[in-house]
Amino acid sequence: MVLTRINNKKLAREFGGKSGKRVIVLAGNPNVGKSVIFNALTNRYVEVSNFPGTTVEISQSALGEDLLLDTPGIYGVSSFNDEERVARDVILQADIIINIVNAMHLERDLFLTQQLIDMGIPLVVALNMVDEAQQNGIEIDHRVLAEELGVPVIPTVAVRGEGLEEVKAALAGASRGKRVSQVDALLAPLLAYFPSAREALLYLEEDPSVEIPPQMPEGAAGKQEEIYLLRRNRVNEIVKAVVKESSAGTGFAVRLGQMMLRTSTGLPLLILSLIGMYYFIGVFIAQVVVDFTEEVVMEGYYVPLVERLIERIFTPGSLMAYILAGEYGLLTMTMVYLLGLLMPLVAGFYFSLSLMEDSGYLPRVATLMDRLLVKMGLNGRAVIPIILGLGCVTMATITTRLLGSQRERIIATALLGIAIPCSAQLGVIFGMVAPLGPLYLVIYLATVGAVFVGLGLVMEKVLPGRSTDLLIDLPLLRLPRPGNILRKTYMRTVHFLKEAAPLFAVGALLISFMELSGILYRIQALARPLVQDWLGLPSEAATAFIMGIVRRDFGAAGLYALPLAPGQTLVALVAITLFVPCIASVLVILKERGAKDGLLIWTGSFVTAFLVGGLLARVML
Amino acid sequence: MTLEQAKTGEKLIIKNIEDPQMRVKAIRFGVTEGTEITCTEKLPYGPVVIRRGHQELAIGRGLARRITVEPA
Repeated sequence: MVLTRINNKKLAREFGGKSGKRVIVLAGNPNVGKSVIFNALTNRYVEVSNFPGTTVEISQSALGEDLLLDTPGIYGVSSFNDEERVARDVILQADIIINIVNAMHLERDLFLTQQLIDMGIPLVVALNMVDEAQQNGIEIDHRVLAEELGVPVIPTVAVRGEGLEEVKAALAGASRGKRVSQVDALLAPLLAYFPSAREALLYLEEDPSVEIPPQMPEGAAGKQEEIYLLRRNRVNEIVKAVVKESSAGTGFAVRLGQMMLRTSTGLPLLILSLIGMYYFIGVFIAQVVVDFTEEVVMEGYYVPLVERLIERIFTPGSLMAYILAGEYGLLTMTMVYLLGLLMPLVAGFYFSLSLMEDSGYLPRVATLMDRLLVKMGLNGRAVIPIILGLGCVTMATITTRLLGSQRERIIATALLGIAIPCSAQLGVIFGMVAPLGPLYLVIYLATVGAVFVGLGLVMEKVLPGRSTDLLIDLPLLRLPRPGNILRKTYMRTVHFLKEAAPLFAVGALLISFMELSGILYRIQALARPLVQDWLGLPSEAATAFIMGIVRRDFGAAGLYALPLAPGQTLVALVAITLFVPCIASVLVILKERGAKDGLLIWTGSFVTAFLVGGLLARVML
Repeated sequence: MTLEQAKTGEKLIIKNIEDPQMRVKAIRFGVTEGTEITCTEKLPYGPVVIRRGHQELAIGRGLARRITVEPA
């Protein structure tokens, strides 16, 4: 279930208010093992991301008589981004919160804990990863912690299931805890004006979500920083009282973490990781797995079966037969593309991303790439949509939601729509460039790379406003748990299919309609002179460009059949890379960025493709 | 001096964080005005990495320029 901006009243109606059914909410910082705990408590897995972002998904499940809701990982209850807004709205509806705290990062995590206590919500703390903390020489006295906070604290090792039964049992003793005394004093006079302490506190902390009551005396709000500082001081006191450190802890993880950031070692490590990713996705998945899923399973068994079925039900040559099983059939081409080709590639990208996320490498890559991305009007966090874009532009465009400002979302979407070739296309492109020799490969990469960077530089100059700065938590590196990575990959791939399948279906329908009405043919005729005279390609190449709108790999594959000189191949591939993204991407761009920006990006990709392709043709041909 | 001018390994005290939103976000991570931190890494033309206890943070160059520090 996906709830982006949640309507509080609707949520209350749906989840709360039902007789005897309590709403129990899991809350915690990113990277604390929330997914594992949710799963263990309900035997159902939930999508979560350690890196703050990727998708805003809320999962729900039954916990005995009660309802268990998950929230995205957050550092505090406020409104700095979509995840925080969603988490805040769910937390406001909670009857009880299970707050998961990472024993390795107590100073960071207890800020949220104390904030939840200040909100006056009954709480149980699961002190997770106590085993790792111990190995790193961090001893936490959980009894003293429970006393200081005034709520039950249960030590857990979620991945081994330790302590989870105790957490369930502790729900009965969930307690409101001890509010920071000075915060309590600030809050007391306001309580009469609000339905609950949680709204009153968020009002004091300047949260824009809280409606100001009409009788409210002015000047009471505006205390966010003051309260945050009081809370921070209190948390530091608590940490001092409960943590005993025996030694400096693991040298290796810390040293490796530093090596990942230092330019002399960080860049080689990054390149090594990218090469590893290339072999995993570009060689193993794109060649071995896709050959099997696309050619053997989908085209060998599935398509003939569907075609035979359709022939029985609909008259061959009828409109329905064409729409379902024709050239761009919903049940044939769309399914082969989505399940046979894109799904394995996208799963491969999600697997790599989850691995980088769970190990703690991803925020370090973001840090390493920040200096380049800042010049392009983005910050380091934009590596996520960019990496995912190489998998599927449609899915990557959705993840631009995690970026900090509208300006960054526009820049990232434009870069994705114009200069990032997706995995479907990359396979065909490398297959065509490689035989031409390394020089052509270098020219191809340099041209597309230059357009990518150049486009970013221009947008940073031209677009009004300023992008947000990087401020990112670098968690300690750790060995990722294979089970967790696989579950995450599975959940995300399913999510991708759910989000993308309707778009690909609508796209196929549109193309079928354009083909039947003759529009497709007319566009090809219009494009012919541009392709022939300006790009110096055979006029049939126009068809390949139009096919690229249907499926990006079709576009590139359409060039295979043409007799092209090496220079022409290069020009054609560069132009088709930069040319408009597939129709599903266009739809998602329109949906995410609105009609105006969407059309601007679409036009931009058209102009860029022919401008750069034409200039390259002048040099190469 | 600003955080941008810090040297790797240097111990510093945060004096002022200019941007109110960043100031509040930094408080959540345990970095407040008056906090002692160590600059553990400086990427050329890139982010400055600071550490306080076990908490490590990467701070974009632009933001580091707007954070005033003094040697501890």
